[in-house]
Amino acid sequence: MSTAEALKEQILPEVEAAADLTALEAVRVAALGKHGAVTGLLKTLGAMSPDERQVQGPRIHALREAVTAALAERKAALEAAELDARLARERIDVTLPVRPAPRGSVHPVSQVMDELAEIFADMGFTVSSGPEVETDWYNFTALNFADDHPARAMHDTFYLDETGPDGGKMVLRTHTSPVQIRVMTSQQPPIYSVMPGRVYRSDSDATHTPMFHQVEGLVIDKGITLAHLKWTLETFLKAFFERDDIVLRLRPSYFPFTEPSAEVDVGYTIQNGRRVLGGSDHWMELLGSGMVHPNVIRNCGLDPDEWQGFAFGCGIDRLAMLKYGMDDLRAFFDGDLRWLRHYGFASLDVPTLSGGLGA
Amino acid sequence: MKFTLSWLKEHLDTDASLEEVVERLNSLGLEVEGVDNPGEKLAAFKVAEILTAERHPQADKLQVLTVDAGEGPMQVVCGAPNARAGMKGVFGAPGAYVPGSGITLKIAAIRGVESRGMMCSVRELELGEGHDGIIELPDDAPVGAAFPDYAGLNDAVIDVSVNPNRPEAMGVYGIARDLAASGLGTLKPIDIPDITGTFPSPVEIRIEDKEGCKAFYGRVIRGVRNGPSPDWLARRLQAVGQRSISALVDMTNYITLTYGRPLHVYDLAKLSGAVVARKAKPGEQVEALNGKTYTLDETMTVIADDVAVHDIGGIMGGEHSGVTEATTDILIECAWFDPHAITRTGQKLALASDARSRFERGADPAFVEPGIQLATKWALDLAGGEPSEVVRAGEPPIERQTFAYRPQRCAALAGIDIPEDRQEEILRSLGFDVARGNPWQVTAPTFRPDIHGEADIVEEVARVHGFDKIPSTPLPRADGVARPTATPEQLIERRARRSAAARGLNEAITWSFISEAEAAHFGGAAWTIANPISDDLKVMRPSLLPGLIAAARRNRARGADSVRLFEVGRRYFKESEPLTVGVILAGEASHRHWRSGRATPFDAFDAKDEALALLAAVGAPVDNLQVSAGAGETYHPGRSGKLTLGKAVLAEFGELHPRILKAFDLDGPATAAQIFLDALPPRRGGNGRMRPAYTPPALQAVKRDFAFLVPETLEADRLLRAVRGADKAAIASVSLFDVFTGQGVAQGEKSLALEVVLQPTDKSFTDDELKAVGDRIVAAAGKLGARLRD
Repeated sequence: MSTAEALKEQILPEVEAAADLTALEAVRVAALGKHGAVTGLLKTLGAMSPDERQVQGPRIHALREAVTAALAERKAALEAAELDARLARERIDVTLPVRPAPRGSVHPVSQVMDELAEIFADMGFTVSSGPEVETDWYNFTALNFADDHPARAMHDTFYLDETGPDGGKMVLRTHTSPVQIRVMTSQQPPIYSVMPGRVYRSDSDATHTPMFHQVEGLVIDKGITLAHLKWTLETFLKAFFERDDIVLRLRPSYFPFTEPSAEVDVGYTIQNGRRVLGGSDHWMELLGSGMVHPNVIRNCGLDPDEWQGFAFGCGIDRLAMLKYGMDDLRAFFDGDLRWLRHYGFASLDVPTLSGGLGA
Repeated sequence: MKFTLSWLKEHLDTDASLEEVVERLNSLGLEVEGVDNPGEKLAAFKVAEILTAERHPQADKLQVLTVDAGEGPMQVVCGAPNARAGMKGVFGAPGAYVPGSGITLKIAAIRGVESRGMMCSVRELELGEGHDGIIELPDDAPVGAAFPDYAGLNDAVIDVSVNPNRPEAMGVYGIARDLAASGLGTLKPIDIPDITGTFPSPVEIRIEDKEGCKAFYGRVIRGVRNGPSPDWLARRLQAVGQRSISALVDMTNYITLTYGRPLHVYDLAKLSGAVVARKAKPGEQVEALNGKTYTLDETMTVIADDVAVHDIGGIMGGEHSGVTEATTDILIECAWFDPHAITRTGQKLALASDARSRFERGADPAFVEPGIQLATKWALDLAGGEPSEVVRAGEPPIERQTFAYRPQRCAALAGIDIPEDRQEEILRSLGFDVARGNPWQVTAPTFRPDIHGEADIVEEVARVHGFDKIPSTPLPRADGVARPTATPEQLIERRARRSAAARGLNEAITWSFISEAEAAHFGGAAWTIANPISDDLKVMRPSLLPGLIAAARRNRARGADSVRLFEVGRRYFKESEPLTVGVILAGEASHRHWRSGRATPFDAFDAKDEALALLAAVGAPVDNLQVSAGAGETYHPGRSGKLTLGKAVLAEFGELHPRILKAFDLDGPATAAQIFLDALPPRRGGNGRMRPAYTPPALQAVKRDFAFLVPETLEADRLLRAVRGADKAAIASVSLFDVFTGQGVAQGEKSLALEVVLQPTDKSFTDDELKAVGDRIVAAAGKLGARLRD
């Protein structure tokens, strides 16, 4: 056995036996250091005859390579073991809870208003608004409510002590219909618009609050009939309730500002004790509507023989309750965080036609 | 308006079932609000005969009866004084539910004697008020028969809601006319008697208020015997919720309900002198038949004699001159009152009545004469006597109105094409006269004052034909995909709302009205409600904060540690209703937690944070805003501020003033903000969607820190602005990363540490350039009294 082979037999087991990086370094120095055994052997090459070098050179270099490789391998192994050990020490309890982030919400009424805007935008309706502290003229007179008509009394109007800018009597609007007048007097037909907002009636019990929300719809164009109204409402309600089996029933009714007038019932079924819209097992009154009264069109400076159209009005809170299942209107206006989180919507629940209108 | 099926069928010849009638009423616009069959709940009760009646061994006031209800003798203990052998009555067996007392009968021992059922009083069966004894049936009542069948109680009561434009549907006859027009039967003619008086009226009748009362027909009947109404009449009135009073009173109510024709009957003995329709004198009083006394004013029409007011004309009669069982001579009033006047008076007095609900819709002016004739006949039939001649003061306005009508308007408005012959047929059956031509001339009947023109006639035709036949026709649709419709204001509102929710705030909707006291803390309200439902909801809010603070208080009281609420809504001023975002942050900003330690309360900077974030979300130039200390009386004067752009205040924020917290009973600290969306500068137009050209700088930015000692009163924002302005070309941003007072900083001073980011453009900064910028920064800060900290 040559010296090189003997050294190999000696060093490689030492490399294997090194328990840590310090011990391994000692082995390395002893073998490959300035005064190491392998280094020493390499130095002997210079004094050898060419023939002898021819024989010993490859042996000694092979020894150096073998030792170097063994050291690198062992070092990698020891480092990996050390990292494992450190990582094992660094363990955390990943089940510890994170800091809770506040969870915001959008009120269901706002959500439904956005849904309405989206649906009606697809049908070409803009969204309009008007004042809530309204003149008697816009709220009643222009809408063809005669001064002493009993229909005025039906509205449970809130009157205001102060007079309006022109000295006239002021009311809290009892419906969104005065916005019809504001739209018709401020823009030229054709008009396709919806008008959501707060309305007020002096009424308060389990199903009525003195403030609630309505959406008004108005179309003024040429050749518009009740048949267009029916289609519009069907299309709207099918989209809103995301059901194709919505069935409507129009019943003749009376509103001073429409003629003919129709109350619209929607069919529903009862499932697990809750009303579910669709079908025609039962009927519930959902909205009021009709062809805009010629007097109203005239009051807005338009010619009823040229322009005609329909209007409808519907409770937004009611729509929200029917779609999302709330059963107490008063809770809408209490600001109870528990209720808002349960019935509210995430900021990103933006209704879109492609993403769907419900959330 | 309630009526029974049999009552209807007296005027409508039809085989239609109850269900068909109900469905048709709905489709005609006479909305059925309820159908009740009073017989249904009494189905378990039977006609029974008392075979024996013995004194109860243990109780003086009780009897032990043997009763036969068709199934052999049964023992019943009964406390009614009128129970006696041989009498027939109404028996409920064990298991029957007694509606008037809310109990289900069972076999029981009463004072030691077994009782198997009950003989019932009218009150127990909800057939009336009487509870003096059990019901006594005639001797010929068939034992064992179901009581509702025997008593004719299986007569469905239909309750319809009549729209305020339909006077004629406030009578059974008008409803029958509608049903007949729709093809559900044949309307029976009214048999109007013509009764000639046998003596001149002993009473003078006069109209002084010709505006309020257009016609006043009267007739005296002497020698009447007023007693209880016959059973059928009493029962019919009771079925629709009316009290049976006496034959002569009941007959006026019956004519009102049947023909929509209100009447009044006076006890002649209690009148003195002429009976006059006149305006009331201010302050004049009358006790009405409902037992209440009303104070009248000079706008109200009354019927009065020489001494007193006896009738609030067309609304309610007076108690004093009403007929009683002792009445022998009566005066029948059949008048026509102005609908508007009736509405005004009824509203002023807050007095609803069957008469008012008909007169204010406009009772048929052509039915004044038939009304007095019918009343005469009924009075004679029910109470006998001798009629005077009729006195007729004034004239009811019976002119009929004629309108041009184009039958094609039915399709043009209602969307249903109805053949002209059918249109004419419908109109005629509703009482209209039709002269076909081009256009048609259609004359409305006197009982339809709601018809004013073509659109009304279209509604009549379409409604009787059936709205269910209206097709569904799509609206015209513009080319291409749907266009955006939201206005800039609507987009701002949506962004504000969804940004706030994304930041962890919960959207609330609070009342637009608050109490006066609450409003006073926020500068007072511009609008006061004259008729609030409560003082808590009396004025229109000048700020969104009162509602939000109250909501925060409720949530805190329910145990919420942290309240983050916002509302997007209007404030209400005399000239405008500006759209505003209100934010309230109350309680803990962060809850105690293993990572962050103890809970921290909200402070003014949390509110500032929200205000700035929401302003940024709605596109306000937040980098250009001025911040100024103090946000008015609502806030802590030292811990609040305003964000302004030029003169416009875009937002306010801060800790709420302790006075406000106390007034609203909210445990502090609580911070709040309002963002005034109406004050935002209009967004600049520009190149549509195209962004300005931009390439990120290729060279690395350089960061330098500066720590300045400044007077403690110096507002940090001034230093930041000064530093930012020191070299606008080189300085990309300045941020403040430390504020320090205490050791190493002299009293009256503070240390502000800034990080300045310098952005080279074409070539990297040289050391000299960097030094020059640094010098400019120090010089700019120095003008504010700042010096570099060693």
